[in-house]
Amino acid sequence: MTFNSVPTPVMNSPARGLPARQSATLFTGGEPLTLASGRTFGPITAAYQTYGELTPARDNAIFVCHALTGDAHVAGRHDPDDRKPGWWDGFVGPGRPIDTDRYFVICANVFGGCQGTTGPADANPQTGKPWGPDFPFLTVADIVQVHQALVEHLGIERLLAAIGGSLGGMQVLEWAVRFPDRLASAIVLAAGAKLNAQGIAFNAVGRRAIYADPAFNSGHYYGSSGEPPRFGLALARMIAHITYLSEQSIELKFGRKLQHSAGLTYDLLKETEFQIESYLHHQGKRFVERFDANSYLLLTRAMDYFDLVESHGPLPDVFKKTDARFLVVSYTTDWLFPTSQSREIVRAMLDAGRHVSFAELESPHGHDAFLIESQLPMLGRLVTPFLETTYRANVAGKTPEKP
Amino acid sequence: MPAKRIYLPDPLVAVTDEVIMAQVDSGSRVVDMGCGNGRLLERLQSDHQCDVLGVELDLNEFAAALGRGLPIIRADLDDGLRDVPSGAFDVAVLSQTLQQIRRPLAVLDEMLRVARRALVVVPNFGHWRVRLQVVLGGRAPVTDSLPYEWFESPNVHFLTMIDFRDLASRGNFKIIKELPIIGDRAVDRAWLANLRAHSALYVLERAG
Repeated sequence: MTFNSVPTPVMNSPARGLPARQSATLFTGGEPLTLASGRTFGPITAAYQTYGELTPARDNAIFVCHALTGDAHVAGRHDPDDRKPGWWDGFVGPGRPIDTDRYFVICANVFGGCQGTTGPADANPQTGKPWGPDFPFLTVADIVQVHQALVEHLGIERLLAAIGGSLGGMQVLEWAVRFPDRLASAIVLAAGAKLNAQGIAFNAVGRRAIYADPAFNSGHYYGSSGEPPRFGLALARMIAHITYLSEQSIELKFGRKLQHSAGLTYDLLKETEFQIESYLHHQGKRFVERFDANSYLLLTRAMDYFDLVESHGPLPDVFKKTDARFLVVSYTTDWLFPTSQSREIVRAMLDAGRHVSFAELESPHGHDAFLIESQLPMLGRLVTPFLETTYRANVAGKTPEKP
Repeated sequence: MPAKRIYLPDPLVAVTDEVIMAQVDSGSRVVDMGCGNGRLLERLQSDHQCDVLGVELDLNEFAAALGRGLPIIRADLDDGLRDVPSGAFDVAVLSQTLQQIRRPLAVLDEMLRVARRALVVVPNFGHWRVRLQVVLGGRAPVTDSLPYEWFESPNVHFLTMIDFRDLASRGNFKIIKELPIIGDRAVDRAWLANLRAHSALYVLERAG
């Protein structure tokens, strides 16, 4: 990994105002990234955004790890006229639970993604054509290595915290295990030490939908001659989206309400009679506008492969190596990453004698609860004091004479 | 109707904390079951250099304990401490909480699973003021150590010191120490303790 001089991120991103899109080229020259698969790869462009200001001591940096289909744009609007702000705008910003008036927040698009960081839709420098299916197979550990390289590139030796939900939570766990001296704390939301078989099953159906789309063409669908596999990708999104909701949240939002007609039409070819159908179609349609199918295949596989025990050994031993304080949060109606999976890591952390806090929060919103605006204040009540005390303990730990 | 019909001279919470502090060795590993906002744990951590963990169900209290920088697990004591490994602690504390638990014996068992020693502080419903309220006043008791009206009380069990000894004899543990708390002091032995103590502290260990 290369350790470059600090590119003064603060200048580009005022604490208030519009976040700037930034990028860094990592693993350049003769120092490529060695992937979990054994293959080497580089250079890698990391697209990231920062918010707030880094303190002179560089001890207030928080890295936000986005989930499967997120991006670096975590908060604010690039343009005042943008229809929507960043994906975690209710949680990150001035005066928000992760207060950018106090903390320096970094969020980067994951390696293998399609929102600015090097991924399969980018050109292979050797051929000048998009990598497509030839892009190297990658894992959560590879994603984290790129994050860590970016953090070093920004001149930050130790993060105050890494935080993330779902696939983001997996990254946080991997980070705490792989780079124990680089994190003062780790906040793991709606995640687990592995993806369970049920999760792999849903991912498998999503991938099948993409493979089965004739437009997929074994992943070679880029360029003017091809068409992206919109049908397959939309279907994959629809299936996945159901797993992010809960029986309760679907019932609350849609129930059995009909979309157009006043009554049932008894017409088999009418595809959207119920509101929930229309909603899922809409989700699928919107998703294909912003996501690349090869990235989806790659990242769901990275998720499938994630298993701390498999890659690092028995959990209590794994966590004995970590140094971060942990905050683990699960949600009552999350059936994709049920509370039992959070409990599994908490038990192992306690077994390893780690500083860990854990809460299961009540929410009807299923796996998505950590992203839902109305649920953020409840999460903030835990995250805000956790960050504050971590910051204080960190500063006290660095000063030899304690008050 | 005000909740308190009787006022005891000392803030009970501070007294209980002091009594518990005196029973915990420096550097012990302590889990506080029903730790509230973590007040006691913070003191154990700073004054006795203890390695601590809190357990609390109420989210407001949980957040307050996080604000003290304490590690804390959100759990209902009636569900047991599923996440806590056996023998992970030297001392498990249960302060003024046993009377609110549906299955006290199961919780005492859990405490002695995760810790070598259990410190239990319980209100004594045998206290003379309580008895007077019931016998002469004809009312359910409301005191400093029992500050709730009967219809809103979280207390689901009412026990005296004699009752606690009886409970202990039914489980696989023995009472190492019994300290009646009279006023603001825990005493080794007291004349008519079951009448005079508003609370009592028990130290329990496995019987065999």
